Amino acid sequence: MSPPGESAPDVFFERRFGVDARGLGSVLSAALERHADHADLFFEYTTDDSVVLEEGIVKSGDRHLTQGVGVRVQAEARQGYAHTDEISLESLRVAAGTARAISERPGAAGAVTVRSPTRPAHDLYPVDRPPTEVPAADKVALLEAIDAHARRLDPRVRQVMASLVCQHRTVMVAGSDGTLAGDVRPLVRLNVQVIAADPTGRRREVGYQGMGGRYALDRLFAPEAWQPLVAEAVRVAVLNLEATACPAGTMDVVLGPGWPGVLLHEAVGHGLEGDFNRKGTSAFSDRIGQRVAASGVTVIDDGTLAERRGSLNVDDEGTPTQRTVLIEDGILRGYLQDRLNARLMHTAPTGNGRRESYAHLPLPRMTNTFMLAGSDDPSDIVRSVTRGLFAVSFSGGQVDITSGKFVFSANEAYRIEDGRIGAPVKGATLIGNGPDVLLRVSRIGSDLALDRGVGTCGKDGQSVPVGVGLPTLRVDGLTVGGTEG
Amino acid sequence: MSERLSRVEQALSAARAAGAEAADVVLTQSEGTSTRVRGDEIEFVTQARETTLGIRAFVAGRAGLRCAVASTSDLAAEAVERMAREAVLLARETAEDPVAGLPDSGFEAAPPDLALADPADREVGVETLIESARRAERSAREEDPRITRSEGSEASARLRHVAYGSSAGFLGEYTAASHQLACMPIASEGAAMQVDSWWTVARTRARLASPEAVGRRAAQRALRRLGARRVATCEVPVIFDPVTSASLLRHVLACVSGYAVYREASMLAGRLGERIASDLVHIVDDGRVPAGLGSRPFDGEGLPTRRNVVLDHGRLERWLLDTYAARKLGLASTGSAARSAGSAPGVSGTNFWLEPGTVAPEDIVSSTDRGLLVTSLFGHGFNAVTGDFSRGAAGLWIEAGRPVHAVEEVTVAGNLGTMLLAVDAVGRDLEWLGTVAAPTLRIARMTVAGK
Repeated sequence: MSPPGESAPDVFFERRFGVDARGLGSVLSAALERHADHADLFFEYTTDDSVVLEEGIVKSGDRHLTQGVGVRVQAEARQGYAHTDEISLESLRVAAGTARAISERPGAAGAVTVRSPTRPAHDLYPVDRPPTEVPAADKVALLEAIDAHARRLDPRVRQVMASLVCQHRTVMVAGSDGTLAGDVRPLVRLNVQVIAADPTGRRREVGYQGMGGRYALDRLFAPEAWQPLVAEAVRVAVLNLEATACPAGTMDVVLGPGWPGVLLHEAVGHGLEGDFNRKGTSAFSDRIGQRVAASGVTVIDDGTLAERRGSLNVDDEGTPTQRTVLIEDGILRGYLQDRLNARLMHTAPTGNGRRESYAHLPLPRMTNTFMLAGSDDPSDIVRSVTRGLFAVSFSGGQVDITSGKFVFSANEAYRIEDGRIGAPVKGATLIGNGPDVLLRVSRIGSDLALDRGVGTCGKDGQSVPVGVGLPTLRVDGLTVGGTEG
Repeated sequence: MSERLSRVEQALSAARAAGAEAADVVLTQSEGTSTRVRGDEIEFVTQARETTLGIRAFVAGRAGLRCAVASTSDLAAEAVERMAREAVLLARETAEDPVAGLPDSGFEAAPPDLALADPADREVGVETLIESARRAERSAREEDPRITRSEGSEASARLRHVAYGSSAGFLGEYTAASHQLACMPIASEGAAMQVDSWWTVARTRARLASPEAVGRRAAQRALRRLGARRVATCEVPVIFDPVTSASLLRHVLACVSGYAVYREASMLAGRLGERIASDLVHIVDDGRVPAGLGSRPFDGEGLPTRRNVVLDHGRLERWLLDTYAARKLGLASTGSAARSAGSAPGVSGTNFWLEPGTVAPEDIVSSTDRGLLVTSLFGHGFNAVTGDFSRGAAGLWIEAGRPVHAVEEVTVAGNLGTMLLAVDAVGRDLEWLGTVAAPTLRIARMTVAGK
């Protein structure tokens, strides 16, 4: 929702660039001069800043102002899109002329009247002071404190790199159906990377932790927030100094809670995005109502969680975000939709139309994707495995939507031997098949956790912030790609 | 003086007026059109125009310079002046760094014309792009009845203007084009679907492969993935085709970047002059290849680009360096500064390649008794600090020198350091599919994890 008073997006863009409701209506009418199903305008005004520390000092900072607008025209499955960094009614009319060229039929557009702005039902991230307005000196001081703390924690710490990245983005969408919606989105992220070396200096290992979300920066400044983060990064770097080569082959895998939810994101989330399913190119195409996971497995995408990195009040097409059940007790229930794919599949948008910036077309994308908790005691789950792998944290993953094959890489993992957590291993990569991996889930923990707010998802060259979550989970028979037989 | 260069000069003046001791300015303007066609249907047409101006300001401190960058897509004079002030204000909050600063000298008076754009291509309209995408779609479909659908074919034409100036006394600009056509067909058999892709990319349209060649090759790559299955976990020779060997080479590039080296975040740190790869491995970075995909007349600090031999017969000859990383390591810049308008310089490759050998790629396969030919790598399983490598793979299983079936859902794993030493065949098939290129390579032994 909209911020109080004069910084409401519609007021902001009108005051700053002179784009009022009447002007928006006339540009949208121009966009509909040929036959079209929908047209919309997306305005963006974003301030980004970051400070980076290495070798104990903040060597540089940066600050960016990005503004622009995109005009989109949809006719059946076609989309015309023109964007410019000049926000004015004049440049919008030119862009509208370009975008409507994709329609080959003459139209009969009448006047478009843009309604007064819809205030979203939820206000997920009210922030009084944008993070980009916090003095740089405070940000620099935080990173210096982090460096000192990391070096105090363990003498094996050789390098500390830390960064604090802030964004304040104001967006507005005006649609030919009268939609006028806006959103003001703060986003902060703190990253800590530590390189530890053994006493000979010959073996070096890295540990990483980050946290963030859509909240005021004050929260990250609290020592009880960043100190545990630094301790985690140091612990993983030092732990990996002792790690041995990862076993290779098929084995039972226990995933820890939280960030390992990246499994859901890769293995099933992308495959349930509307575009792939409309085109029939996903391994999950035409499978609604079928069993795709073990009973007890329920997977949700929820853009309405307060302050989460993947949350939005409205998506980048002006649709309010929602909680969407993707898999319910093992049965495939739904897809994630933007406007285009929802219209073509005769269903409703789910508030998942997202884009990296005004320079990109929206695509159906995830928000926060997680599995609901089960009833198993997490320590019982580990005890249930005779020989396997316990993967606690990951560095990222990727999926081939069409074949369904996914892969993701662990940066903290242990062998499990006779139900006990054994030696740490490094370089573990897990590979599997999206449509059947959740059928192999045999235990679901009671400890659902969401990640700390560091996920970024890439699709078609566009990056958007996302969240994931998972309870402790046992998956039988996953392929682990290590080097030891 | 061009409008872009005068904007750069104005921004430099604004930085000085705001109190900068030294400054540099990058102005990038890009314009482009792209389209995707699926079957015969247009999916989208987009037209873009973007401008960004970035100012890096240095302010003096007792022990060195302090530095910050500010950028804006609003080029109105007051917006640029405000960004110049913000850069200076932010710089005052950063630490004094004795190593920070612009290059002292070494600029070239007249950087060469590297043929990075063809004026004739400016006439290319959206209809031409749509037509080439349609032709690629059609030839993929006609290749085999099992090509039943596609993720589409994308064609694009982009032009990027870069202007750069610094208070150290350099002012220059260039224009570089990028033309691309990519095809992503899907082959299906029963319930199984496999997607693959092929593409062509060049500075001029005249250098692009034909849409038919792109569509056919994309279809062949998708078709040969049909019937894929896992193999049992084993240690075998692994062959990487030019697409996947370029991916390996990008890992090497990350490890020879000066920043990774001085931060001790590269497995190669401290090993300059040592033999780190098989003597079949020669790696070159050259920013001056005419019409090269990574060519540029000057780098992100205005220094001339050049040819840098990185590995010679497996011996590590040099790091790739900008001014800052070079000073940290007590060396000289290699003209490898990369720069976007919104950030301080970093190091990047220009045209970075592994020199081709003399063997035909088919002969590498036929001389492999039993092993895996990798045609697709995915996932992010590479750790530059340790060299640990473990990535998802798909490809073809080789028995008695012949491909016998497609393979998927396996990983290939090893350590990049060991892998480089174990390169025992280098093909002659170097193809430029991006700014990093490598021919077919065979690594004597890696772990393939599967059943």
